[in-house]
Parts: sequence; structure tokens; C-alpha cells
Amino acid sequence: MKTDIILSGVGGQGILSIAAVIGEAALNNNLYMKQAEVHGMSQRGGDVQSNLRISDQPINSDLIPLKSADLILSLEPMEALRYLPYLSDNGWIVTSSISFKNIPNYPEEADVINEIKKVKNHVLIDVEALAKEAGSLRTANIVLLGAALPYLGLPEQYIEDAIRSIFARKGEDIVNLNLKALYISKK
Amino acid sequence: MQKLLLLADEAIAQGALDGGLSGVYAYPGTPSTEITEYIQGSPEAKEKGIHCRWSSNEKTAMESAMGMSFVGKRALVCMKHVGLNVAADPFMNAAITGVNGGVLVLSADDPSMHSSQNEQDSRYYGKFALIPVLEPSNQQEAYDMAYNGLELSEKLGRPVMLRITTRLAHSRAGVVRRAPKAQNEMSAPKIDRQFILLPANAKKRYADLLTSQAVYEQSSSESEYNRYEEGTDHSIGILACGIGYNYLMENFPNGCPYPVLKIGQYPLPRKATETLLNTCDKVLVLEEGYPLIEELLKGYTSKCLHISGRLDGTLPRQGELTPDLVGIALGVKEVVETPIPEVVKMRPPALCQGCGHRDMYEALNAVLAEYPTKRVFGDIGCYTLGALPPFGAIDSCLDMGASITMAKGAADGGLFPAVAVIGDSTFTHSGMTGLLDAVNENSNITVVISDNETTAMTGGQDSAGTGKIEAICLGLGVAKEHVRVFVPLKKNFEEMTRIIREEIEYKGVSVIIPRRECLQTLKRKKK
Repeated sequence: MKTDIILSGVGGQGILSIAAVIGEAALNNNLYMKQAEVHGMSQRGGDVQSNLRISDQPINSDLIPLKSADLILSLEPMEALRYLPYLSDNGWIVTSSISFKNIPNYPEEADVINEIKKVKNHVLIDVEALAKEAGSLRTANIVLLGAALPYLGLPEQYIEDAIRSIFARKGEDIVNLNLKALYISKK
Repeated sequence: MQKLLLLADEAIAQGALDGGLSGVYAYPGTPSTEITEYIQGSPEAKEKGIHCRWSSNEKTAMESAMGMSFVGKRALVCMKHVGLNVAADPFMNAAITGVNGGVLVLSADDPSMHSSQNEQDSRYYGKFALIPVLEPSNQQEAYDMAYNGLELSEKLGRPVMLRITTRLAHSRAGVVRRAPKAQNEMSAPKIDRQFILLPANAKKRYADLLTSQAVYEQSSSESEYNRYEEGTDHSIGILACGIGYNYLMENFPNGCPYPVLKIGQYPLPRKATETLLNTCDKVLVLEEGYPLIEELLKGYTSKCLHISGRLDGTLPRQGELTPDLVGIALGVKEVVETPIPEVVKMRPPALCQGCGHRDMYEALNAVLAEYPTKRVFGDIGCYTLGALPPFGAIDSCLDMGASITMAKGAADGGLFPAVAVIGDSTFTHSGMTGLLDAVNENSNITVVISDNETTAMTGGQDSAGTGKIEAICLGLGVAKEHVRVFVPLKKNFEEMTRIIREEIEYKGVSVIIPRRECLQTLKRKKK
């Protein structure tokens, strides 16, 4: 198996917390993984992305080549579109539908959503509403990850186990809250 | 051994710790910051008593590392590429003195300038200083090179450079640890008077450095990081440095048909390089940064015209490499253009909502609107973002500390008002000496030290001057009545503008200190 994922969002939204869960899942199951992140200036509210590659074979490049990502997983709809040149013809976009407006010239929300709908394989999801339903807005990132479960190329159990081990420190309630968030979009 | 998921930065930190490190010395700078932070957070490092506090700047860091080496212990000194300019004096001379305990100089380059003012290639510094340079292609090599590099430095008796770039520094992968080595015991320098660079000694040490070049080349030839991989198709040979090797292999998932010389240690291994040049019709050089090797192989007379790379346009001269650029250069990839939809707008970084720098700029802009001839000299930190809308508040950003000295030079040239804006950490890094120059000439400048009590841009590291800024300014000779402090908050707008106006009107050096803690560090403390 081999899955190339571009994670995107706005600095401060926490895309790296999603990467941490997938990374934990990959490492616990002896898969190869490379994950290039953005640190530094862009973290101050600029556009941020992370290239995450998982494979059962050794991985060469830390960067995903153009037109070859299997999945764009985005916490912000306009940021999902920014990486469209990297999406493979059969790749999926899974994105939050909630705009993050910290620039004066943010486009019309409907135009952004329409552009995403032009992509053959897309999932638009109101992560905030579902996170609230799960019990906490803070689970928004896990809700998004849950919506991408079918496209990760990993068994669901791997992700569930990773969430258990990452949140174990914080107690059983937090583990269960995040597991609820993980599966809430399935319903 | 234990397998860890680490950024290359973290792998270097762990590698150095396991390689018998006694101290890390550094000033924060993207993309090198996480190395020192990792050691600061490591329980093992704490238990072993490894030195890991931040230094005031890269020069003091490099010099402290040399002191650690003097007493026989192993030291790692970390900086971003432009930090090496600051440390260049001790760095160049450390190559002359040589080391006692091993010294690894980590310089993290930033091609494509993700968070930097230029994309200078630190390998030139290694070549300039005539010392070996290591360049990893992946996280495991980054670990191994740190682990072995300290010992290599000790064996060769000179500092060794470890050069990485942003892409690797901030990329994570699984890394296997090796058995930790013990720290060195204290020991006196082994060579008589090696650290005393009086001309008579320096000449001897330099002669020895020149003689040692053959030894470094031999070390490169035997290095596990340099590897010749034979190919079936000799129409082209590829010399791949550092992560250039990954991008090459990405394009050949079933193996590369061409001979490849993978380089991870410099100077180049001569024999293997000659084999590549002599047995292939053409040679493509893949290197991240400047065309150092391509230029070297081509030579001044351009006799070797069959060498290609960044110089002849086969690859772009500027910016970092990507698997796509390498694929196109090799002719195995077409240029693919899926455009980014027009609806996507630029989203530049910005000062956080509620940040004290915002209130400072609002007050400063309000006062300076009364002075059509004003100029504001900026510096390096979060507050450089004051150059962007809605503030448009600064006219320059050259290097660490230049705000004060550029303002001084501009005032010398007749400019009024000449205002400098600098952060607290940048002030203690490189601003203090410039302020002394201004005081000594009573230059007519107004210096704003926007104090958020941290090194914010790199993620909130300790700032060397916290609690000492007024004392430093007074000690340098700024008049007490012209060191003014206020809290940058909207409700203090009237007080802020009054103070700024008064100090601009004062004909001499004044320092204004807006002080309010960085919101990010405040948030972290509350967690």
C-alpha cells in the first residue's frame, strides 16, 4: 500500500495534530512514513500544509510530486483548493466546509464551495457542527480525520488504536470523546 | 534498538545526545530551532547534565562550543544559515585552531526562503573554512551523522559542519537509535598552543589545515555516506547531493538505470567523481542550494561542457528542488499544469489578533503621520510583519540588529525622523553594540524596543534580555529620562502617542520600550 496525503489549513488550526494521529498509526504498524511540515513564519495565520506519505515500502521524497496525492485533507475549504495541482486524477478532497476568514479579500464562500464541487471525488463536511454534536468543538480535527477514514488506505482499527494511545494520558473520557468524533460522520 | 518518529532536527539532537554530547549552543532560527528545543526537553539530557540554554547570538554560541571543546568535551552548535554569518569570525578561526573535544557546526539552510532573507548555501562556508561537511539525505542519516560527526571531528582534529535544508529539517520519519556513548572526560588541548592564534602559531595551524585536505578527501572516499551505484545506461551519470538523491529515486521507483554518485560528505571523493565523469556521456548535478559542485566540476574554462544542473538552466537557479523539477530535468516527466482555481487568494502570515506589536504600530503610525519625511527601519522578528497591510509601518529589514544602525546612518545623512523598531531578543542578539555607536555620537534617533519578553517568531524561546532591557540601555549610556516604558494596549493610546511624540522631538538617542508579553507564550503558560 502507499498513500500520499496533503494536509492543509490555516496556521494555528492544528493540521499537525491530525498528522500526529496518522503518524502514530503508521509507526505502530511498521509502515514507512515521511511527513514534511511547515514551521516558522507561516504559522502566524498564513496558509500551511503538510505532505504526509505512508507506504509498506521505503519512501524516497519528503515531498509529494504534482498530480499524485491520493487525498487532500483540509481544515479550510479555500486551502483545500490551493493544493489541487497535487491531487491525482482519482484522488479525493475531504475538507471542512467552514471558511476561515483572516484576509480582507476572502472570496465568496459559495464560489469556494462550488469550486470544490467541481472536483470529481470530494467530501464537504461541517466539522464544527459535528464536533459540537460529539461533545466538544476541540474534536473538529478528529471529526475531519474520521470523514477521511475510507481514503487513508489504512484499516480503521489502526487509527482507532492511535487515538487511544495518543489521548491515553488525558484519561478515558477524552479517549471516548475523540473516538465518538472519529466515527460521527459515518452516521 | 528503539525506533522513534522524528523530525530531522530532532534526529540530529538525539544523534548528538547518543554520540557523547556535553553541550548544545544555539540561537533560535528557522529551520534549526527544534534541535536545541529537543535537547532542552529531553529527560536523558537533563539527567546527564547536558548544557542546553540558549545563547545571545550565534557568535557567542560558536565561541562557547569552542570552550567546551577546549576542555576536551563534545559540543554541538546550531544555527540557521544567516546565523552562520554572525558566527563567521569564530567559525573560520575554529578551523585554524582545530578542536580538542569534537565540534559539530549545524547550519540549516532555507532554499526558497520560507522564513529567511536569502537562500545562501552553507556548503560554501564549509569549503571556505576548508573543513569537512556532512549533508544527510534522510532522517536516519541525520541521526547517524550527528552521532558519528562528533567523533569524526575529534578524529580529524577540526570542526565538522552538518548542513541541512528546511525540507529535511521539518520532515518526520522513523529513526533507529544506536547505543549511547559516554561523554568525554575533561582533558587539556593535545597540540601545544593550538588555540592561540598569534600569527606565528596561526601560520603553523593553517599549514596543517592545508596538509590535512588530503586526509579529508580520503575520509570522504571511505565515508558510508558517499556511495557509487553502478547503472546500465551510461548516457548520463548523476551526482546527487543530500536530498537531491531522494528526488532522483522518486522518479525511478524500480531503480535508476544511470550510474549515481550519492554525496553525503564533502570534499567530494575524487576517485568516484572521476569515474562518473569519465564513464558517462553527460553528468547531471542535483544539489539543493547553489551550484557549488556543478561550478567546481565545470571549472573556469568550461572544458567540461557536458556537466549540467542549475547553472545551465537544466534545473532552476533559484528555489528548492522538488521531485517534479528533477523528473523534468531527467526527461522522465512532462510538465503538468493543473492550475490553482482563481478563487484561491493569497493568505500571508499576520501578527496575531491582540498582539502588543499591533498596538505599538498603531500608535507609532498615528504619530509619524505628522512627519512626512519620516522613515522607519525595521528588524527581524514577528514585528517585520508590520511591513504588510494594514500597517505598512517599516521601510527596511536587512539583518539582525540593522534597524538601529541603519537609523543611525540615515540620521548621520540628515534624515529626520529616523526611527528604529526592534524586538527584545533581536536587540540583545545584535542591537546593543549599534546602540552604543549611536550613544557615542548622540545620534538623533528614536529606538523602539518592542518587548514581548520572548523570541516569538521562532516559537517562544527564552529571550536573553528579559528583565534587563532598561538596565542595558542605561548602561550603554542612554539618558535616563529618554528611556521610556509603556504597556501597548488600546486603552493607553493617548499615553503611547504622547511619549512617542516627545521622544521623536528630543534631539538625541531615545529608547521607547512598549512591553507586553507575547500572547502565544502567555497562552502556553496558562495551559
